Amino acid sequence: MSFDYDKYLRPGKLPHIWCPGCGHGIVMKGLIRAIDTLGLEKDNTAIVSGIGCASRLPGYLDFCTLHTAHGRAAAFATGVKMAKPEMNVILVGGDGDGTAIGGNHFIHACRRNIDMTYIIMNNNIYGMTGGQFSPCTPTGALASTTVYGNPDPAFDVAKLAIGAGATFVARGTAYHATQIDKLIVEAVQHKGFSVVEILDDCPTTYGRRNKYKSVIEMMNRLKDVAVPVKAAEKMTAEQLQGKILTGVLHKEERPHYTDEYAKVIARASK
Amino acid sequence: MEKKLPTIEIIEKYCKGCHICVEFCPTKVLEMKGFVASVKNLEACIKCMQCELRCPDFAIKVTA
Repeated sequence: MSFDYDKYLRPGKLPHIWCPGCGHGIVMKGLIRAIDTLGLEKDNTAIVSGIGCASRLPGYLDFCTLHTAHGRAAAFATGVKMAKPEMNVILVGGDGDGTAIGGNHFIHACRRNIDMTYIIMNNNIYGMTGGQFSPCTPTGALASTTVYGNPDPAFDVAKLAIGAGATFVARGTAYHATQIDKLIVEAVQHKGFSVVEILDDCPTTYGRRNKYKSVIEMMNRLKDVAVPVKAAEKMTAEQLQGKILTGVLHKEERPHYTDEYAKVIARASK
Repeated sequence: MEKKLPTIEIIEKYCKGCHICVEFCPTKVLEMKGFVASVKNLEACIKCMQCELRCPDFAIKVTA
């Protein structure tokens, strides 16, 4: 049966701004299905973003939404969560927004373990501003600012999040559409800061410069590099060369910030 | 018994012609007609919903 996306979308906003074949639309559909599964109420759910292609996402959704300054989604979302701890807060953004300009906010949100979910759509590039390289652009890749190849190694967003203290870290791809909603459902249900990295494609500014002939070739790359964590356990290091693990990568229980801060308030008001 | 066919609605206003639905349909039900996707062989549809799931533009609705 066809899924009714329309009841979660703001009327009259489609078609969206994303380029033909951009995976952000697939991620948005996954997020909508996840919200539907979780039964989150529109008035009790805040979707917060920074600036960028991926950060246009909240504009299409009929929830409490915040479209904030570049990289500051985590900062604004922290404010929302502290003011209204009962609210479900979901952050969305791209790799440039989350790990470069908002890198500091991102790692500290992980460290504090605030009960929010951050969906990072990693398309390896700054798409909206003209294809500049981001911290997630692979070594050697071409971007408008690395025309002779990117000399920098790329961030592994999931490892960065685990290292910084996020208590739930998962990774999916835009190709594996049904996995996206399952990961988001698990992430939102987790108490603490959860990060879901979705490997995405940017045919316009990344694919075009890096010899991907079509959207399909980019989607097939995502299909080929992704290896589920369970399958990876049985594989040798040689077989895992160049592969990227997907699924739930890290999960732990740790006191989360809103609870801890409530205790501070209780101590202070004695 | 006659097979009950699903309906595949393509909202042409939303379709950006990315080819994802055409390429990833396991039974090749869809084709590109100029700029937008269109249904070529509805009988072959197995209602797997892959086209609807993967369409980034909210342009396909499959009703089984």
